[in-house]
Amino acid sequence: MNKSRLYFLLPVIIFGVLCIFLLRGLSLDPSAVPTALTDKNVPIFDLPALDDQTIGLASSDLGGEVSLINVFASWCLPCRVEHPLLMKMAGDGVVALHGINYKDESKDARAWLDELGDPFGRIGADRDGRVGIELGVYGVPETFVIDQSGRIRYKHIGPITQRDLDKYLLPLIEKLNQ
Amino acid sequence: MKIWIFTLVALLVASLSVAMAFENDSPLEDPLMESRARDLAKEIRCLVCQNQSIFDSDAALAKDLRKIVRERITLGDDNAAITEYLVARYGDFVLLKPPIKPKTYLLWFGPILIFLVAGYTVLQFFKNANKVGRKSTSLNSLERKRVKELISDTEVE
Repeated sequence: MNKSRLYFLLPVIIFGVLCIFLLRGLSLDPSAVPTALTDKNVPIFDLPALDDQTIGLASSDLGGEVSLINVFASWCLPCRVEHPLLMKMAGDGVVALHGINYKDESKDARAWLDELGDPFGRIGADRDGRVGIELGVYGVPETFVIDQSGRIRYKHIGPITQRDLDKYLLPLIEKLNQ
Repeated sequence: MKIWIFTLVALLVASLSVAMAFENDSPLEDPLMESRARDLAKEIRCLVCQNQSIFDSDAALAKDLRKIVRERITLGDDNAAITEYLVARYGDFVLLKPPIKPKTYLLWFGPILIFLVAGYTVLQFFKNANKVGRKSTSLNSLERKRVKELISDTEVE
C-alpha cells in the first residue's frame, strides 16, 4: 500500500477508535462516582445505636472479618428494592452485615426494619450525615466492602441487584476470605 | 414594543429574585471568611446534581458540604486543606475544575495537541497542492505535441 493511501485511511482509523470510546461511554453510568477511599482504612467514627434494640457501630468494630456496611434510610426507595437481597445474605451468613442509618428518624427506621426485617448485626445512627461525608457517601443506598484489616475494598453505589451480587460483591468477599 | 420592554424587565426581576442556595444558609460573621467560603463553594461539585456547584445546589448533601466548608474556615484551615479534605473523601471529581496532574495531561493538553496536528496536516496539504499545481502549469514540448494530437483527433471525429 502506498503512502497516500495510508493518509486517506488515517481519518477512518481515528473515527473507528473514537467509536470504540463512544460505544463504551454508552454503557457507563456517569452518576456513579468511584470512591476515593478504596484500599484506605475506614475513617474513624463511632455511631450510637439506632435504638435500644440494636447495637451501635464504630470503626473499631470493623476488621477481623470481612464485612459489609450498608448505608440506608427509611425515606430511600431504592433501599427498599435491595432489602430482600440483604435479608437473604444475612440468612445465608456469607458475610457480616452492618448498617448505617443515614439522616433518618429512629422511629421511622425502626418501623421500616419491623416491616421489612432487620438483616444487620449492628446499626449506627448517622442523624446529621457527618459520618456519611467521612465515608464519601453522596446518596443512599451505598454499600462498602471492608476487609479483615479494616480497609475499604469496594463501594457499591445504588441498590444491589442479584447481578451485582454475583458479579462483584460475592466474588470479592470470597477472594478476601481466602 | 411596550410589551417587549415589559417582558425584559419582568425577566430581569425574576432572575434577581432567584436566591442562590448559598445565600439561604446562615452566613459566617466575618465577611472575609464568608467571601472565602463563597469562592470555595463555587469550585466544589455537588455530587448529587453533578453539574451544579454546592454554591448553587439545594441538595441536602450540598448544604452539608457548605456547612463543612464554613466550619473548616472558622477553624483556620486554608483553602488547599479544605479541598484536600473533600478530595480525600470524594475524589478529584468533587472539584469542578480538574487538577493538572499526569493523569489529566491528556484532558488539559489533548485539545492543543489535536489542534497542532490538524494545523500541521492542513499546512502540509496546501503545500503539496501548491507544488502539484505549479508543476502542472508547464508542459514540455513532448506533452504539448501529444495534447495537440489529441485535440486534433477529437476534432476529426
